[in-house]
Amino acid sequence: MTGYQLTIHQAHGLLKKKQLSAVELTKSCLERIRQVEPKLHALVTVTDELALNQAKKADQLIAKGDSNPLTGIPVIIKDNMCTNGVRTTCSSKMLENFVPPYDATVVERLNSCGAVIVGKSNMDEFAMGSSTEHSAFFTTRNPWDLSRVPGGSSGGSAVAIAADEAIYALGSDTGGSIRQPAGFCSVIGLKPTYGRVSRYGLVAFASSLDQIGPLTKDVTDCAIVLNAIAGYDNRDSTSAPYPVPDYTKCLTADLKGLAIGVPKEYFVAGMQAEVEKALRAAINKLEGLGAKVNFEVSLPHTPHTLAVYYIIAPSEASANLARYDGVKYGFSYQETDNMWEALEKTRQYGFGDEVKRRIMLGTYALSAGYYDAYYLKAQKVRTLIRREFDQAFEKYDALVTPTSPTVPFKIGEKLEDPLQMYLSDVFTIPVNIAGLPAITIPAGFADGLPIGMQLIGKPFGEETILKIAYAYEQATDWHKRKPEI
Amino acid sequence: MGKIMKLSREEVLHIARLARLGLTESELERFREQLSNILENFEILQPVDTTDVPPTTQSIPLQNVTRGDETTPSLPRDEILANAPQRDGEFFRIKAVLE
Repeated sequence: MTGYQLTIHQAHGLLKKKQLSAVELTKSCLERIRQVEPKLHALVTVTDELALNQAKKADQLIAKGDSNPLTGIPVIIKDNMCTNGVRTTCSSKMLENFVPPYDATVVERLNSCGAVIVGKSNMDEFAMGSSTEHSAFFTTRNPWDLSRVPGGSSGGSAVAIAADEAIYALGSDTGGSIRQPAGFCSVIGLKPTYGRVSRYGLVAFASSLDQIGPLTKDVTDCAIVLNAIAGYDNRDSTSAPYPVPDYTKCLTADLKGLAIGVPKEYFVAGMQAEVEKALRAAINKLEGLGAKVNFEVSLPHTPHTLAVYYIIAPSEASANLARYDGVKYGFSYQETDNMWEALEKTRQYGFGDEVKRRIMLGTYALSAGYYDAYYLKAQKVRTLIRREFDQAFEKYDALVTPTSPTVPFKIGEKLEDPLQMYLSDVFTIPVNIAGLPAITIPAGFADGLPIGMQLIGKPFGEETILKIAYAYEQATDWHKRKPEI
Repeated sequence: MGKIMKLSREEVLHIARLARLGLTESELERFREQLSNILENFEILQPVDTTDVPPTTQSIPLQNVTRGDETTPSLPRDEILANAPQRDGEFFRIKAVLE
């Protein structure tokens, strides 16, 4: 097996036994990047020099016996997480030349593990989108079919892992932005509980929904990365001050005694028949592994979640993105002496179509006369959605759903119809509204296109969904299939 | 409830002005159409009974998170100003606010 194809735990084993060096592994990934990037366009920036320097340092740590599971392992970071001295663009013209003077907490934590950063990945601009088509730079291609989208907004991170451009990646998830692309590319993607991972240094989109998480080649790797990035951070006031367990300890292949619910509302008209078929088969598999599955679970507010999300997320975004004024950093329109004109033109030329649409939507929902009808109403329905999940979790340890209603769609197919694009996140959005953890794992293919299964857990119940995902992965080999590029 | 009126041109311009967002003529028309469609979909929430339901602002039970009032080092001024589109010595340079 070539270096770039390894998982974290495989590579760590070889590094420790000195059968592979971090420099060799890093060069292998960089070579793979050079080979596949012309077709896939997953990366905004490749950080060759930084990576090789970090790899050399990692080799020194390993030689001293001072290594941990992430030392010397190449990682790709979504381009909305600040990397000190490395351009962080959010795939936006607004931040095209922005070089952060500090690291995001997650980056700091990975660096302190001796990580090797090989690149920054493409995304929908400011993480607003489900296909990477809203990147201001280019659209990333799905490695399973280059004419299709990889999902979004963390599409670049998902593709990079599906195509072995690095060993693992970080993404961010506001309404499905880790899970939907992970499902579309057949990799593992975890959105932790809100507050589990620090958001410090993550460029803010919707602050009450945003959460950083791993994209990996298997569930064990997912647990390893979560171990490294989870935990309290006093620089994020919504960071949860709860202890972090060792997430690799819960990975056992036996699901006896676990109760899993299948919410009725997630199997409705509009879902692709092959997706439903694959999910039913995957659920049977979980039963076979000893889980008790109940199909009578009901979450009646499910049809309201999309509207709640598209009021709350753009409202928060419109406030967060007010900071882009062309004064402190970022794109700045200079062809006028008038301050207001400069401000309006900076935002007109700096932001792309979808970002403007959401700023408009959010501004409208928060404006005088509409606040109660839209924003406040959405926040109240949000409470009902969370209560409904809480009730379900009194009876069930986890819920299982498809990740998306369809397989990856064609590039261009939904670009002119924002509502259709929004609907591709209909199964992932409720999880962010309620602040729950959820993981997507490969669960089959339809005509060679990936299908993902989503497992939703209780707040801070990452161990349970990782355990179920691990048991399913041990019993299947979907995750071992690789796209031919 | 029911079908809401399509946003007027003036309403779209008003929102754009609140957001300090310049729009071209074609963007204005397109957003008028698209935003009206999206807002119409939000009507699904109006019949939901939310009597006595408190709003949720974020999903974990943390309140009044503060830090100690202690001085810690800030980032170096030059590093912050390195990203400034226009700087003047140790200041951000901006356009005149008052003419």
